[in-house]
Amino acid sequence: MAELTGTGRVKRGMAEMLKGGVIMDVVNAEQAKIAEDAGAVAVMALERVPADIRAQGGVARMSDPDMIEKIQAAVSIPVMAKARIGHFVEAQVLQSLGVDYIDESEVLTPADYKNHIDKWNFTVPFVCGATNLGEALRRINEGAAMIRSKGEAGTGDVSNAMQHMREINGEIRRLSSLREDELYVAAKELQAPFDLVKEVAAAGKLPVVLFTAGGIATPADAALMMSMGADGVFIGSGIFKSGNPAQRAAACVRATTFWDDPKVVADASRGLGEAMVGINVADLPAPHRLAERGW
Amino acid sequence: MRVGVLAFQGDVREHVSALIACGVYPISVRRASELAEVDALVIPGGESTTIAQLAQIFDLYQPIKDRIKAGMPVYGSCAGMILLADEILDASPEQKSFGGLDISVRRNAFGRQVDSFETQISFADGSSELMHAIFIRAPWVERVGHGIEVLTTFDSHPVAVRSKSILATAFHPEISGDYRVHRYFIEEVALPALQQVQ
Repeated sequence: MAELTGTGRVKRGMAEMLKGGVIMDVVNAEQAKIAEDAGAVAVMALERVPADIRAQGGVARMSDPDMIEKIQAAVSIPVMAKARIGHFVEAQVLQSLGVDYIDESEVLTPADYKNHIDKWNFTVPFVCGATNLGEALRRINEGAAMIRSKGEAGTGDVSNAMQHMREINGEIRRLSSLREDELYVAAKELQAPFDLVKEVAAAGKLPVVLFTAGGIATPADAALMMSMGADGVFIGSGIFKSGNPAQRAAACVRATTFWDDPKVVADASRGLGEAMVGINVADLPAPHRLAERGW
Repeated sequence: MRVGVLAFQGDVREHVSALIACGVYPISVRRASELAEVDALVIPGGESTTIAQLAQIFDLYQPIKDRIKAGMPVYGSCAGMILLADEILDASPEQKSFGGLDISVRRNAFGRQVDSFETQISFADGSSELMHAIFIRAPWVERVGHGIEVLTTFDSHPVAVRSKSILATAFHPEISGDYRVHRYFIEEVALPALQQVQ
């Protein structure tokens, strides 16, 4: 048999290898190196972390290919990059650069307010955000090989990520309790394809890896998300917007691995210096809430 | 025989399922006390830099190295293969491995994720049936040293090798659902090696 690239198993399998790990946002090669040395399983290369996108406003787009290539050259761990929702040309560009995963991300300004990227057309795998199970299954139906909760990026407020994890896992538990003849209506209510709904009901979990993202800023936040059933954690602004990035990055990695051991989480939380200055999600006017982008 | 799965990071769950399917009920190993309870160890797929880092932080690096040296049977897939190699090529100079296999392994040798692939290979377990193999940012073996048997090659690169007590594959049998490699590890590598020690 010949070699088959870009298959579902190869794409989903790649995310399996990231489980139990922390994926960190970085804006240059130096930060990427700090993240790798701290034990990150992958880095997300982007021009501005979400906190800066939020502060500076304007249209946020895919990063400069030069900057992505510098980061690829600096580290041996996987490099991810973000494309705008629906911007399939940005995704084609990122694939041609050889990035290891594309995040079709609500943190960037959407390019299409109706359609997401048809991710089956790509060899590179995609991760997409979701606030609930229906949204997660719609993204998987479009070819996403990994799902992350959306949270509210760039705030340092973990409450939305918490809510999304509870929603997604709560709905999965509910599906598992239904009779098979009730799944048709469940699919209708979730606005998701019946076959995927049936698969989730039978397995009691998503068919892809589920990470969490958005507002995670401390080792305890990371451990909280792991205990809510996340397979791993994305940390965006939380690390490089803090007082001591290298130490905080390593601490978050330790807390993610030993999320079930409060002593390790306590040790990891000691003397980290200043955390990122947070924004309460409740104080954000609705049009500035990123989690509401994507549908 | 008690088997442990090194559980710092990676596809631990899939290795646990594979071992259970082979009739072995593994424990996860993140602490020295857990390592002391096991007779054999599986190192999962994941990020080799992360796993090595965490092993050092949580004081398991030297104990694992010592146990391997003392003959504890170990199986490593992908990142696990890298961590069992005496020499790693294309890695940052600080990257450490547990070692034990006299081989040189090249990281990400088949390329980046867009080059990851699945294919059929033959595995030297005496079965004529081809094995489905999934290679994800996979390494290959570039130098085979003393006492190393090559079990499988792909494109003329060794992708499954063993010594007396150590087995390593560049691919991921734990996610293909074909558990012959795990069975081979238990029956042909771990049990004979442990019997010899006793």
